[in-house]
Amino acid sequence: MSKIDPAPAGGGAVAAAAPPPRGNALWVFALRVVGAVAIPIVAFYILWVTFDFLRDSEANRVIVVGVAVVVGAGGVFFLYWAMNRAVELLPQRYREGVRPWIFVGPAMVLLSVFLVYPVINTILISFKDAQSQSFVGLDNFKFVFTDESMLRSIRNTLGWMIIVPTAAVAIGLAFATLADRLRRGEAVAKSIIFLPMAISFAGASITWRLIYSFRPAGFGSNIGLLNGIMLGLGQNPVDWLSQHPWNNLYLMVIMVWMQTGFAMVILSAAIKSIPDEIIEAARIDGASEWQVFRRIMVPSILPTIVVVATYMVINSLKVFDIVFVMGNAELNQTEVIAERMIRWFFIGQDFGKGAAIAVVLFIVVIPVMVWNVRRFREEEMIR
Amino acid sequence: MSLAQAGDVEEAAEPVVAVPQGGGVGEVRTGGWFVRLTIVAVCILWLIPALGVLITSFRKEDLVNTSGWWTAFAHPFQAGAWTVENYRSALDAGGLGNSFLNSLAVTIPSTVIPITIAAFAAYAFAWMEFKGRYVLFVTVVGLLVVPLQMALIPILKLYVNGATLFDYVVFPQLHLNGTFLAVWLAHAGFGLPLAIYLLRNYIGSLPSSIIESAKIDGADHFTIFWRLIVPLSVPALAAFAIFQFLWVWNDLLVAYVFLGGERSVQVLTLNLANLVGSRGENWQLLTSAAFISMALPLVVFFSLQKYFVRGLTAGAVKG
Repeated sequence: MSKIDPAPAGGGAVAAAAPPPRGNALWVFALRVVGAVAIPIVAFYILWVTFDFLRDSEANRVIVVGVAVVVGAGGVFFLYWAMNRAVELLPQRYREGVRPWIFVGPAMVLLSVFLVYPVINTILISFKDAQSQSFVGLDNFKFVFTDESMLRSIRNTLGWMIIVPTAAVAIGLAFATLADRLRRGEAVAKSIIFLPMAISFAGASITWRLIYSFRPAGFGSNIGLLNGIMLGLGQNPVDWLSQHPWNNLYLMVIMVWMQTGFAMVILSAAIKSIPDEIIEAARIDGASEWQVFRRIMVPSILPTIVVVATYMVINSLKVFDIVFVMGNAELNQTEVIAERMIRWFFIGQDFGKGAAIAVVLFIVVIPVMVWNVRRFREEEMIR
Repeated sequence: MSLAQAGDVEEAAEPVVAVPQGGGVGEVRTGGWFVRLTIVAVCILWLIPALGVLITSFRKEDLVNTSGWWTAFAHPFQAGAWTVENYRSALDAGGLGNSFLNSLAVTIPSTVIPITIAAFAAYAFAWMEFKGRYVLFVTVVGLLVVPLQMALIPILKLYVNGATLFDYVVFPQLHLNGTFLAVWLAHAGFGLPLAIYLLRNYIGSLPSSIIESAKIDGADHFTIFWRLIVPLSVPALAAFAIFQFLWVWNDLLVAYVFLGGERSVQVLTLNLANLVGSRGENWQLLTSAAFISMALPLVVFFSLQKYFVRGLTAGAVKG
C-alpha cells in the first residue's frame, strides 16, 4: 500500500466502477483551472476592497494588521474550505481529479505572478542589448563565459556552494544533536547560534568589519579584533580581505556564522521528531551514542539534511551582499555570480548582461533540482 | 519518517546488538562534560562578533574610532567610557514608534498568508496523486534560486501598469503601489518556494499509517489536512514562521520598492538606514540601531521555541 486511494473511502467501489472521465477531459481541465484560480482571485479582491479605503491614510496600524490577518489567513483558509465543499458537489468521477488543484492552485498562481513571470522576463532581456532595445543574440552569454572577472566569479561561487553548506550543515547538525542532550540551557544555547539570523544585514556587515578591519601603520590604531590579536602576538597587522584566495574563505565565514542557525533549527526539529521508542530500543540493545547518531538519527533525518543542504547551496549561490559590502570585489578578486549580476544590472545599468548572468544562476541550479526530484521519487517508493 | 524507515532502523540496529558498549542505559540521555564543553565553546565563538557590536553600541564615538572594542574590558569602570547616548539618538531620530508599527503591519500578514497557502500546497505535493506534480514540484525548487532583485522591476511594472497578453487584460491596472497589500503579496510570493519546500519535506515524512487509518475512518483530504497534518506539523510551521518573520522584518529592499520611503509608511529598517545615512558612517549609531531592530525577532524566536518539542508523533508509529 503505497498511496492514498485517490477516491474517498466509502465511494471507492463506485469510483472504480465508473468509466474513466476521458471523454470529459476538457471539463476536468476547465474545473481544475477554475479551482486553482478562484481562491487567489477572490481573496485578492476581498483584500483589495478592504484596504482600498485605507490607502495612504493615517489608518490605525493595529486595525490594518488585525483585518489583514483575519482576511489574509482566516479568509484564505475559509476559501479553501468553501472550494473543497464545492468539489463535493461535483459528480463523483470529477472530484479527485479537481481536488488537488484546489490545494496547489493558489500557490501556483502566486508563484506564477511573482516569480515565473519575472524569470521569463529575465530570460527575454538576456538576449537583448544594454537598454533592452534590440536583440543581440548570444552576445551577453559570450561575455559571461569570456570575461575574466565573470569566470573568476563562477569559480568563486562554486567554492561558496561547496564550503558554506558543508560547514553550516555539519556545525548545525552537531550542535543540534549535542544541545538535544543538555539537561538545561538548550533554549539559550540554540538561541545564541540563532542570534546572527536576527541581525539585519547592515548590522552583520558592521559586526564583521569590527573583526576584519585593517589600518596600515600610521593610519590610527587597528580596531578589528583579528588585527588586535596579531598585534598582541607581536605580529604585523594583516589586510585580511585582500589576501587572495584566502579572503574568499574569510567572507564565507560570515555566511556560515549567519546561516548555521537556520540549519540548526530545522535539523533540531527533525531530531526531535524521531520517535523516542526507536532510540531507546537501540540504547537498550547496547548501542553506543555514536552508533545511535550514525545508524539511527542520521538515516532518520536524511531527508531533512538534504532539504537544508539544498537550501544552503541555493543561498550560497545567491549570496551577494556579503561580498558587496566587504570591500572591493574586483580588487580583492572575491567576485561571485550574484554580485556580478547586481553590479551589471543595477550599477552598470546593462540589463542584457545582468539578465544573462541571472540566467547562468538558473542553469547552475539544475543539478540540485535533479538531485531533489530523485530523492522525492525514492521517498515515495519506500513509503 | 515512515514505517519503512522504522524498518530500516531495525536493520541498522541489528549489528549493534552484537557489540554491547559501555555506559549504562540510564545515563545516556543527557550528555557529560564533553557535550557541555563543546556547546559552550561553539556558543562563545558565535557570540564574539555580536559582543563586539554590543560593546561598540555603548561606547563613545571617539573611543569607537580610536581603539578596539575589546580594550573596553581593560578599563571597564573608567569614568565616561560608557554611554547610552547612541541609543538615545537612535530612538530620538523621530518616527521610530510609527515605523515600528509599520514594520509589524508589513511583517505579520507577510508571514501568515504564505504559511496558509504553502501548507495546502505542501500537503497536496506530499499526499495527493495528480498529474504534473513532479513538474510542479521541480518548478518550486527551481524558483528558490530566483534572485529577488531580478523580480522587483517586473513586479513593479505589473503593479503600476498592469499587464496585457494579446489585448486581453491578464493583470488589471490596480495602482497597488504604495499599499501594504502590495508588500504582503510580494513577500508572500517570494517566500512561497521555501515554505512549500520545507513543509512538503516535513509533511511528506509523517507516518503514512496515520493518514491511511484516517482514510479508512472515512476522513476526506480536507479533514485529514486540518485535523491531522496541521497539528502534527507545528514544529515545521513554527520554524518557517520564524524564518519568514525574520526575513521580512530585516528586509529593506522589498518594502522600499513597493511601499515607498514616505515617513507615514516607512518601515523600521528604512528608518534606521536613513538615520545612519544622514549622519555618515557612525558605527556607534549603526550598532545601537542594529540592536534595537533585533529585539523583536529575538522575542519571536524565544516564544516560538516551545513548539520545537519532542514527540509530537509519539505513539503514531506502531512499527
